[in-house]
Amino acid sequence: MFLINCPFCGERDQSEFSSGGEAHIVRPKQPTELSDDEWAEYLFMRKNIKGIQFERWNHTHGCRKWFNVVRDTSNDKILSVYKMGEKPPVNYK
Amino acid sequence: MKNKYSIFSLIKNAFSQHENWQQAWGNPEPKKEYDAIIVGGGGHGLATAYYLAKKHNLKNIAVLEKGWIGGGNTGRNTTIIRSNYLWDASAGLYDHALKLWENLSQELNYNVMFSQRGVMNLAHNLQDVRDLKRRTHANRLNGIDAVWLNTKEVKKFCPIINTSPDIRYPVLGGTLQRRAGTARHDAVAWGYARGASDMGVDIIQNCEVKGIKRNGDRVEGLETTKGFIKTNKIGVVAAGHSSVIANMAGLKLPLESKPLQALVSEPVKPIIDTVVMSNAVHAYVSQSDKGELVIGAGTDSYVSYTQRGSHNIVEETLKAILELYPIFSRMKMLRQWGGIVDICPDASPIISKTNIKGLYFNCGWGTGGFKATPGSGDLFAHTIANDEPHKLNAAFNLNRFVSGDLVDEHGAAAVAH
Repeated sequence: MFLINCPFCGERDQSEFSSGGEAHIVRPKQPTELSDDEWAEYLFMRKNIKGIQFERWNHTHGCRKWFNVVRDTSNDKILSVYKMGEKPPVNYK
Repeated sequence: MKNKYSIFSLIKNAFSQHENWQQAWGNPEPKKEYDAIIVGGGGHGLATAYYLAKKHNLKNIAVLEKGWIGGGNTGRNTTIIRSNYLWDASAGLYDHALKLWENLSQELNYNVMFSQRGVMNLAHNLQDVRDLKRRTHANRLNGIDAVWLNTKEVKKFCPIINTSPDIRYPVLGGTLQRRAGTARHDAVAWGYARGASDMGVDIIQNCEVKGIKRNGDRVEGLETTKGFIKTNKIGVVAAGHSSVIANMAGLKLPLESKPLQALVSEPVKPIIDTVVMSNAVHAYVSQSDKGELVIGAGTDSYVSYTQRGSHNIVEETLKAILELYPIFSRMKMLRQWGGIVDICPDASPIISKTNIKGLYFNCGWGTGGFKATPGSGDLFAHTIANDEPHKLNAAFNLNRFVSGDLVDEHGAAAVAH
């Protein structure tokens, strides 16, 4: 349990938000040309990192907007929050 | 077995104030090379080593455990054992495990306290009723015992359930698997460790894997906190940390690791002599032999390796428990904890070879791996020894995420997380 600083509403309890999983998985531009392996990679395979992870969150019980979060999954500390479409912060890799 | 436990050994040791019992398993330093190494000393990993030694005659094996054996999810689950799964592949897998459970204490010469007290799954709306009846039929076609109980029969089987029609989610009936039940989770790890150690398996605790050495498309060994260990067969049974190990070999798995919580109450006199689970309100409860209510809560929605979980998850579960069992309203909860579960997109496990030769994964058990411990170990040992899956775990391969042939228990499981 932790607080998330929604870029639109400010700091709120995590229970107001839904996790959208790993961020920056790009939707295939031409789905008809994808091989089965590429589909599996896009749909199912996840980095599932222990440590610093880039992920998407939705403020379900608030503004209902999506945004990105950089979080350390080994201690749930949030390191950075940035809006959809913005470049991920470069100091976390 | 070197030190067979029996009434006679108990009497004999009583004369020396129980001070001369031998250690149940050894504590060796790792050798330079093994024929096979199992990464993860939980129930599944120890069972794998046990069956590799017992059935496949592989004696030069090590089990590496970064903490202490059975200290991960094996010691953190709610000990429920059942096999009433919907799909044929799952029914085969889980009932294989259940049959091994039925004889496990004798097999291991170690009392795992397997108690077939029955598991009841409740239905709270018409869709639940249809789904659970369908599952009952599917189970019976697969030779798995299952019966449908109406509300009156539910009440008769477990009198403390509130079956009043005016509660928020009234009980409309339920299914019962009488062969299902619980076991002592620690004893399972200890029993397999003792059995494996007895056959010469090295159980190495406090030894964390730091890297996997590859030579092209095959494995050559493991970098560990106790140095490099050579081997050409690695079986990874690392539960929530499976992806971490996979990343070391440059593999990605279809897993997300999330905290799953459980809690126990203060001990009380026997009040519930079965296991009751409810999917719709997400609550399940049983009573341990010590008298504690053992309550399982849900998973958090986000990836985390913190082994704690959020308070609101526990709150939701306890709300449901209180509505279903008003008698528990003044119980105090003693302990709460979390374990990291590795969840597959289809909520079925992976017991599989990989595209790297000599690297095998047994993972993705998600929220319900304990029940499968003996079967999982048996089938994973078969897969490692023969470099081919057994017919019971053939469907649980890694390639199903490419082919699309998923074993989709997510919608079918008795408790969805």
